[in-house]
Amino acid sequence: MRANCWTGKRSVEVRDVPDPAILNRRDAIVKITSTAICGSDLHLYNGLIPTMRDGDVLGHEFMGEVVEVGPGVDDLAVGDRVVVPFPIACGVCGACERGMTALCENSNPNAGVAEKLMGHSPAALFGYSHMLGGYPGGQAEYARVPFADFGALKVESDLSDEKVLFLSDIFPTGYMGADMAEVGPGDVVAVWGAGPVGQFAIASCFLRGAERVFAIDRVEHRLRMAQEAGAETLDYEQVSVPEALTEMTGGRGPDKCIDAVGMEAHHANGALHAYDRTKQAVGLETERPHVLREAVMSCANGGIVSVIGVYGGFTDKFPMGSFMNRYLTMRAGQCHVHRYMPKLLQHIRNGDIDPSFVITHRMALDDAPRGYQTFLEKADGCEKVVLTP
Amino acid sequence: MRARLSGDGGSGRDVSAGLARGLGVLSLALGAAELAAPGEVVRLVGLREDSPAVRTVTCLYGARELAHGTGILSGHSTAGWVWSRVAGDVLDIATVMAGARRMGAAPARLGSALAALAGVTVADVAIARALSRRSDDGAGECRASAAVTVNRSRSETYRQWRDLERLPEFMAHLRSVTTEESGRSHWEATGPAGSTVRWDAEIVEDREGEEISWRSLEGADVENTGSVRFSDAAGGRGTEVVVDLRYRPPGGRAGAVVAKLLGEEPNQQLRDDLRRFKQVVEVGEVVRSEGSPSGQSTGQQLAQRPAEPVA
Repeated sequence: MRANCWTGKRSVEVRDVPDPAILNRRDAIVKITSTAICGSDLHLYNGLIPTMRDGDVLGHEFMGEVVEVGPGVDDLAVGDRVVVPFPIACGVCGACERGMTALCENSNPNAGVAEKLMGHSPAALFGYSHMLGGYPGGQAEYARVPFADFGALKVESDLSDEKVLFLSDIFPTGYMGADMAEVGPGDVVAVWGAGPVGQFAIASCFLRGAERVFAIDRVEHRLRMAQEAGAETLDYEQVSVPEALTEMTGGRGPDKCIDAVGMEAHHANGALHAYDRTKQAVGLETERPHVLREAVMSCANGGIVSVIGVYGGFTDKFPMGSFMNRYLTMRAGQCHVHRYMPKLLQHIRNGDIDPSFVITHRMALDDAPRGYQTFLEKADGCEKVVLTP
Repeated sequence: MRARLSGDGGSGRDVSAGLARGLGVLSLALGAAELAAPGEVVRLVGLREDSPAVRTVTCLYGARELAHGTGILSGHSTAGWVWSRVAGDVLDIATVMAGARRMGAAPARLGSALAALAGVTVADVAIARALSRRSDDGAGECRASAAVTVNRSRSETYRQWRDLERLPEFMAHLRSVTTEESGRSHWEATGPAGSTVRWDAEIVEDREGEEISWRSLEGADVENTGSVRFSDAAGGRGTEVVVDLRYRPPGGRAGAVVAKLLGEEPNQQLRDDLRRFKQVVEVGEVVRSEGSPSGQSTGQQLAQRPAEPVA
């Protein structure tokens, strides 16, 4: 089959690889009908996530049709149309039982490697390094889906792929950003990053009754999209974000701050950007935590900082004094997609939201390398790339 | 999941640890003196010449002493730092003797300096040896322990482990276990460099839902004892499983070091084995990814194939 493979820093290649086979009893094989490139794939593309190997099949946002099931799968049948969550979760361990599927204790065979870096291992993810499992991803014609009986969400056929595909990651991830921040009626929220995840965070804040949402980015078409969703926008290259947020909130700061950027943040001040960029390049820190610092400093007293942008390792110059003295709360995590999927599918069915609004580029799987480059450069108004095998 | 190399933690160790701290302070004091007043130190040990080169060497040795002292007092791998002091002692003696030969020395002062150095060396060696017994109980015995929480009752978790012939499903090094009517069992495992090691074992303690202990019998290729204990996890979160192994690796402690260099880290392996045990109990089988489709040991985990489907 054809599959988009990581071949090194800033290099992906669509190659012929073997078709997937059932390895465990609860596996299913899915023939992929739609798949997408995620902003977190760009961290892999830029070589910032350790333990990638030449030939790893990428992609963790995909859906398709079940073509084969293992002997342990009893509630899925060949022909079922499914959306697959990006974390791989068994459904029976302590973490899964408590709904924390991104922390599944059984899915990562390489947990020992992750423990070395993080203390304890989170769940395995599709196509996201060997430290996180060494599972092939879904930017391919077929994928093996472990624990398919627990993970894969059956979707009625009247909803198009483009409407439900993002239940695999970015819609639930954005929603969890709002959920972790306990966003509710009357809240004022600031969202750093108006990429696809940021857009869904903004939409989710409004779904949960937020009164005002600020979107912070520097890319014009992203800010425009956020504005269309009802957000007030800030271009961080034009204004000082902390000052603007203070001013726009009567001096209080936003009640809730969502970091939808993560480890590759940019800074309007070239010198400060260069500082973190240099330390990242020589391995003194793995992140460029500019957004995290700004979110903490900007957040209202007693507020909540919610981190859904991906971080990989170690950060420095974290404003702990501000965080501690001002009674802030921080929550962070890869999304427990399984927990949110049914509820968000219902929102889509009800017509509360049509997630396809983020799609700007549709390409064939074979064009994946061009898709990565376009997305990386945010060229041609690129917000979200969907690939069709 | 946690694993550690464990020691006895007796009062003898506390004494050694106290002495080690003393050595640390000594290092700091000496280092400070060598850096602050190198000329005085050189005269004190009896050397007659006081050139810039001698002062520079003395300052460098002072910096080294500060490193020893800081390292020892940091409390991390104290034994290693004390052994580094021993190396420093040898260097000091050699330097003083070489200096005396080249530029002459006051015999009385030189003699007392060398005697002092020798005395310190003896103390350093004794303390370093005492501290090193932590991870190596004397005659080449190694210990490893690891723990995992399984989301099942104690009795069910115990039953799965008690079925000894199924242990090779999740213990990467075991090839087979055969049990006899008598309660004895025959074990075959992969040893260093792919060799086969065999032993017979008997169960010495078997309390249902609580503990299983075993030991190898006469004639074992690898003499070993071990225990697995089961206890309720707090908050109804299932069963905590703690495994404790003691074994004499082929080639003794040196063999263990060589094995470690070849990627055979016993704590890590035991932890990985327990992770697979958890998978077998909770999921029903070892979970496989294409990066390591065989279900794998740590060594294979490090040598992953690409995450593409298995042909």
